[in-house]
Amino acid sequence: MNVSVNLENDVDLAQHKIVAKNVQVYYGEKHAIKDVNINIQPCSVTAFIGPSGCGKSTFLRTLNRMNDTIDICRVEGNISIDGENIYDPRVDPVQLRAKVGMVFQKPNPFPKSIYENVAYGPRIHGLTRTKAELDEVVSASLQKAGLWNEVKDRLDEGGTGLSGGQQQRLCIARAIAVSPEVILMDEPCSALDPIATAKVEELIDELRSNYTIVIVTHSMQQAARVSQRTAFFHLGNLVEEGATQDIFTNPQDKRTQDYITGRFG
Amino acid sequence: MSLGALLLIVIVLAILGAVAGRRRALGLVGGDKRALHSLPGHYGQVVFLFTAVPALVLTGLWLFLAPLLIDRMSSESLVGSSLTDDTAMTLVMTDVRRIARGLEVLSANGSLSESDISQMRADFSNVRVRMAEAGVALGADVGPQVFEAAKVYRDYSNTSRVLMNIAVIAVAIAGLFWSLTRISKDYRARNASEKFTVVMLIAASLVAVLTTFGIVFSLVFETYNFFRMHSAADFFFGLVWNPQFRGGSELGILPLLWGTFYVSFVALLFAVPIGLLAAIYMAEYASKPMRSVAKPLLELLAGIPTIVYGLFALITVGPFLRDYFAQPLGLGNSSSSVLTAGIVMGIMLIPFVSSLSDDIINAVPQSLRDGAYGLGSTRSETIRQVVMPAALPGIVGAVLLAASRAIGETMIVVMGAGAAAKLGLNPLEAMTTVTVKIVSQLTGDTEFASPETLVAFALGLTLFVFTLGLNIVALYIVRKYREQYE
Repeated sequence: MNVSVNLENDVDLAQHKIVAKNVQVYYGEKHAIKDVNINIQPCSVTAFIGPSGCGKSTFLRTLNRMNDTIDICRVEGNISIDGENIYDPRVDPVQLRAKVGMVFQKPNPFPKSIYENVAYGPRIHGLTRTKAELDEVVSASLQKAGLWNEVKDRLDEGGTGLSGGQQQRLCIARAIAVSPEVILMDEPCSALDPIATAKVEELIDELRSNYTIVIVTHSMQQAARVSQRTAFFHLGNLVEEGATQDIFTNPQDKRTQDYITGRFG
Repeated sequence: MSLGALLLIVIVLAILGAVAGRRRALGLVGGDKRALHSLPGHYGQVVFLFTAVPALVLTGLWLFLAPLLIDRMSSESLVGSSLTDDTAMTLVMTDVRRIARGLEVLSANGSLSESDISQMRADFSNVRVRMAEAGVALGADVGPQVFEAAKVYRDYSNTSRVLMNIAVIAVAIAGLFWSLTRISKDYRARNASEKFTVVMLIAASLVAVLTTFGIVFSLVFETYNFFRMHSAADFFFGLVWNPQFRGGSELGILPLLWGTFYVSFVALLFAVPIGLLAAIYMAEYASKPMRSVAKPLLELLAGIPTIVYGLFALITVGPFLRDYFAQPLGLGNSSSSVLTAGIVMGIMLIPFVSSLSDDIINAVPQSLRDGAYGLGSTRSETIRQVVMPAALPGIVGAVLLAASRAIGETMIVVMGAGAAAKLGLNPLEAMTTVTVKIVSQLTGDTEFASPETLVAFALGLTLFVFTLGLNIVALYIVRKYREQYE
């Protein structure tokens, strides 16, 4: 069933937000990602799971060309977003990253005020014309990130003074503020306590209606809770990809089954 | 027995002790080292330390204290003469020590026997000639009292030498046997040697700290002497620096402070932008091979002695500025100027600023850069708006440290800025700084106990207070910044 759906989707690219074909990533001599093919659907959450060092974060970073900042990293193959190849020489990675936002493992607010943290993206991309518009974008982003009520009275205070969970939601607000279409999240909850994690997961679920979200996670429960589709990576290979429910209840590959039942990883 | 031979004996004893200690520990358990509390080597170490360290400490103390004691005892024989003045006494005691040394040399090379020396009388024997044979030149004939004192001095120091040899070797042997008898199967040799190490490390750091206090104390003491002779108001608020040999000098620090700050300001104006931009390039843009070549090259600048920079100022930069700027613009005819010293000092400070800033920029977490790139910032936007604000406190600290170096710099200023104490704004004119004047006041021919000389200590203390303040502020800022990311 899954196989036939995938074949059908391959014909009609418009249904997919991101299409990756034969992607290879090398770190110097090391072949980190081997021949990955995946289609990511719009307005849904796709989770990448797999043991440490399996390449899921590396692959995530190819989707907004963050790997460009690493000298020895080389990407081959074809990745297109909305049918446009993002590794085309004419594509400006700066504009690509405005369209494909990213949230990192460790909350990394800038050493600026809460307001300035959120206003940073719109400022550098010139998205607003007046201060009032900028204020509007900042408050809307903070509201979408579920942080507004907690910080509305102290927007001038430093972003680094917030708690870990608040900082991570600030980083999500910062990413939303540039109105991206895709948000990549690299283990966004690994540095958070369970309550903060629950809030961020709830937020991810809400954001799904407007954004295409790809999340890397070590927690299989988290993948099961927040994602609609799941991809399992192992040793640089994409082993299996499908609806989250199918992956967790009826994995096709032995390795997937071993991993989700806790036999390794 | 010479000092070197004594030390050699102590070390040999200690090594023998170490071997014996190891043997004894192994012997106690029949060669099975698993039965010992510590490794056999630890037992040897303990014996070594207990043998060598107390003996060496005793030697050091003896060498330091004995001359003081001997001085006092031999000068007692001079009491009653007309030497009431402290200074005269010091001079006479110098003679006493030199004659004693001469006698020692003569007796060592066999030209005088012990009985000759005891019969020698200053009024009959030609002491001056005999001393000249021994390589000791005396300015005038010595009085009988001084000569007798010298004989006493020589006797005492010979006795002290012998006593020291006996005492040191005795202590070493006592330490050796005492520590050997303490060795047993359960003796915690590892802990003892660890504790001993800690004590030695503490002693070493105490030396550094106490030296600092000693320096400050001597500065404060001489400064106090200066202010007893010269008015503090003239020193701190006087606008004229004009020392006179005959007294009645005007010793205002303000022209010197002005020169110091002017030159330092020019140096920082030059060094901070260049150093900072170089640091940004090194930390953010340079490729690995580029960085591995350029960074050591830049830091090579820091290894050049400041006197070489001074020559560069004197021979190249000074005349260049005079011929192409000062004279055509009609601003001066001097090749030494504030600008010359400032620029050359700036060159000296570039590696200082750049390598400190480079470290600080590198300490900004990569996650901040990733965050900015992830939002679609360009490289320069990331640096200007995220990396630099995060690194700013640390960079301010680096600049302050550079400033305190600039304020304390001497050679470049001597050779580049001249020696004229002036309050002026023209950067192409010669001026001078506090450090230069400290050198010139202390190296002159004036008597030491005059305000013209002692002012050097007051200047030094002022400078010390300024740079200490700057360093404290700088370290405070740097530390505060470090905490932010830990």
